[in-house]
This record gives sequence, structure tokens and C-alpha cells, in this order.
Amino acid sequence: MNFRARDLALAVLMLLAAWAALALAVQRPILPPPWTVAVALWQGLGQDLPGHFLASLWRVVLSTLLAVALAAPAGLALGQSQRLGRLFGPLLYLLYPIPKVVLVPVVFLFFGLGDLARVVLIFLILSFQIIVLVRDQAAALRPELIQSVRSLGAGRRALFWFVYLPASLPAILTALRQSVGTAVAVLYVTELFATRQGLGYYIFINGSTLFNYPAMYAGVVAMAVLGLGLYFAVDQLERRLCPWLHAG
Amino acid sequence: MVQIEALTFQYASAAPVFRDFHWTIGRGEAWAILGPSGCGKTTLLYLLAGLRAPTAGRLVIDGDEIRRPRPRTGLILQDYGLLPWATVRENAALGLRLRDFYGPDGRHAPAGRANTESQRAVQAAVDEWLRRLGLAEVAARYPGQISGGQRQRTAIARTLVLGPDLLLMDEPFASLDAPTREALQTLLLDLWTEQHLTLVTVTHAIEEAALLGRQILVLGRPPITAPVVVPNPGAGQPDYRSTAEYRQVCADLHAQLRAA
Repeated sequence: MNFRARDLALAVLMLLAAWAALALAVQRPILPPPWTVAVALWQGLGQDLPGHFLASLWRVVLSTLLAVALAAPAGLALGQSQRLGRLFGPLLYLLYPIPKVVLVPVVFLFFGLGDLARVVLIFLILSFQIIVLVRDQAAALRPELIQSVRSLGAGRRALFWFVYLPASLPAILTALRQSVGTAVAVLYVTELFATRQGLGYYIFINGSTLFNYPAMYAGVVAMAVLGLGLYFAVDQLERRLCPWLHAG
Repeated sequence: MVQIEALTFQYASAAPVFRDFHWTIGRGEAWAILGPSGCGKTTLLYLLAGLRAPTAGRLVIDGDEIRRPRPRTGLILQDYGLLPWATVRENAALGLRLRDFYGPDGRHAPAGRANTESQRAVQAAVDEWLRRLGLAEVAARYPGQISGGQRQRTAIARTLVLGPDLLLMDEPFASLDAPTREALQTLLLDLWTEQHLTLVTVTHAIEEAALLGRQILVLGRPPITAPVVVPNPGAGQPDYRSTAEYRQVCADLHAQLRAA
């Protein structure tokens, strides 16, 4: 992404204006105008909202780190070894399109009602994306590149550090960018049960039990900020780690 | 310098490309390997580079049987083989970094040679070659940002930084425009005499074979059993392109290719 802060601010203003217009037109408590929500957000920030935000953030970040640490090497292995690729390729092909959110009950049954189940679910979503993209990236490396680096003296270990690892970085970041939205959505679903921590819980409890709609929208805004923040973080990481992609 | 003895090579379950093939390359010679696509010329080069293993027979360079890439053999390919995520300078330094990575183990890097040269000395050697090959201004750019000729010169710099004695090239200039190609051919001949290289160039272009090969190995249809060699003693002299001798060699090669 490559636009200026001013354009971004303009987009936010447009969004807020549309929201305000809609709220004024509807005139019902289930759609409070932005300023009411801003007050609720401010109050929430002074109370328990930051705690819920951090709980959600921690779950996503932990899952992401686990997914990168385990799925990226797996993708590299599948992309490098034709035999492994042939063995596991069809399996991935079958499992990849299945929406992992349908596994919510199964994962909770197997991993209990704690954070582990939530982390496992998000880990699954991110992992599939990372494995597939990293595998394709590693398989797409031109054989001529590998041969000429080998001719300079590289063995397996050096090929990994000097070729496969840097080649898979953009694929990992692309995978994260593509799946961060789904990850936050599934995070929300998993936070609807068996926890009193997290933005999903905050939104649900305020919306359907306490009927505190401004607070519910404050939770929605916080969740949007979480998703956007992760998205921007991945973007910044790519700029930092993959400068060759942005060199004009 | 290179002895190929009774070489047989075949890809899994295919007919042999080479059968009981003998060939010798002397130190400091400049060879071109000419043939149509699919004749096995790239295979022969990869065998010399230690990137393929013979099915039978021996391939000896400098007294050592070749089983893996040899540290003092340089390889340059048509598609440059540069790392897209590394700058021109980083690409040129890749071989030195790899030697640093392994240490002087005699397998991946020459044994016994001081690999403990300071980082500054390494940088100086890289910078010197970048300057020599006219790459100083683009040293901080990525391969995607420079021209094809500059990319191939980066690949040449990366190889020469390692001080090779045998330089193998596979269609090195095939994807470059004519003026760039001629400039690089001339540069290569200069480096051949100056660096005391042994040169082996694989090409499908008759003109390139006649320019870069003092001796030209013509390959026909596989299986290849005996080398067909066209001598070309004039190659490498200035303005060879415009001599009658050059045109005669080109005509001979044409006839040889048609016969084969």
C-alpha cells in the first residue's frame, strides 16, 4: 500500500460522516452516532477495554508466531522436495479450501475451553495459508538460480540460509496479510464462549446481555483497530524486510 | 586440465546422452561447445561443473575426480542466477560469503586458503571487480532494477571475485541485444588472457562459437560417442569478426552442424 496519511485521514472522515448520516436517519438505540460511541470508547479505555484488547492481541500474536515458526519450514520442505510435495500436495489441496471456522467445536472439544483452543484455531487458519504460499514460492525458484548458487560452493545448509529463507519471506508476509482478516473474524467467534477476556466477549456481553449499544460499538471499533493494526504491522514488516520489492 | 574418460551419462530411464565419450581440455584453452538444442551441451557443462554425476566413466579436473562443484570452477548461466533480494554488491559478494560460511573445508571452499581475510579486504575485492566491470554506479541496486547486460556483468563479477581457473558458461549472452553481447564477448576474451582462465562456452550460435572458441566441439544428435572438433586458432585476436578466416570457420561450422 502506498498512499499518504492525508488520504487515509480523508477516508476515515468519509467513513465517520456516512456513519453519522446513517445514525441520524435511523434514530434508534441500536445505531448510535459516532460521538456517542466515542464517549463510550473513552470511558471503556479508562476501565476494562484495554485489558480485553490486549487479551485478543496476545491470542493473535501468539498464533501468528507459532504459525510462522512451524508452517514456514513445512512449506519450504514441501516446495523443495518433490517427493514430499507429491505426498502431501493432494492432502493440502483437500484441506485448504475448508473454512477452518467449522472446526471451532471440534478444536474446543480436543483442546479444552482455555486459550489453547483459540490459539490453535487461529494457528490453523494462518498455517494453511503460509504453507501453501511458501511451498509455491520455494517450488517456483528457478533451477538455474539454485544451480548457480551451488556452483559458488553452497551446500544444503547454505542454500537454506542464502536462498530458500529469503525467498520465502515475502510469501510468509503475503500469507499473513491475506489471512489477518479471517484470523480476527475467527478470533471473535472463539471469544464468544467460555471466556471473560477479549474483544469478542466485550462486544457480545454489551450487545446482547447489557444492551449497552455504545459500549458494544466501542468494542467493534477496538476490534477494527486490532485488525487494521495487524495489517499495517505486516505492511511495515514487509517494507523493512523485503526492500527489493519496493525498489522502483 | 580437464580429462573426460569413458564418460557415459543418461537421465533416469532415458537413452544415454553421452556414451563412452573421451575429451581433454588443456590449461588456458578457450573452447566453445556448439550444437542444436537438446544435443546435451548443457548436460556436458553441468557435468564439468559437478552439478551432475556421470552414469559411468570419470571426469577429472586438475587431478581430482569431480563429484560436486569444485571451488575454483566458475559457472555463468543465461539467466544470470542472481538473488533478486540482494543488491548488485551483495550478489557479487555471495561467493565470498559462502566461503566464509563454510570456512576453508576443501569441499565448498578451497582448503587451506586463508578465509579469514578481513571483511574490509573482501569488500575491497568486490568493489574492485564492480568498478572493473562498470557496475560501481549500480552497486546498491537490485537485479530487477538494472539491464540484462548489467545483470550478466554482475554474475561475471561474482564468479571472478573468487579467482577461478576454469570458467564455464551456458549461453551467457543469448538474451542480450547485439551491441551488449559484442561488448561482453570482447570483455570476456580480455579477461581470459588477463586472468589465465580456461574457458568453456556453450552456445547454439555459430558466430559466438567462432568468436569465443579457439577450439570448437560440435555436438550432433545423442548419443555422442566421439568429439568432433573444429580448430579456430584465430579466435581472440582483435577485429576477428571482420576477417576472412572467421567467415570460413563459420561456414565450416555450418556444414558440420548440418552433417551432424
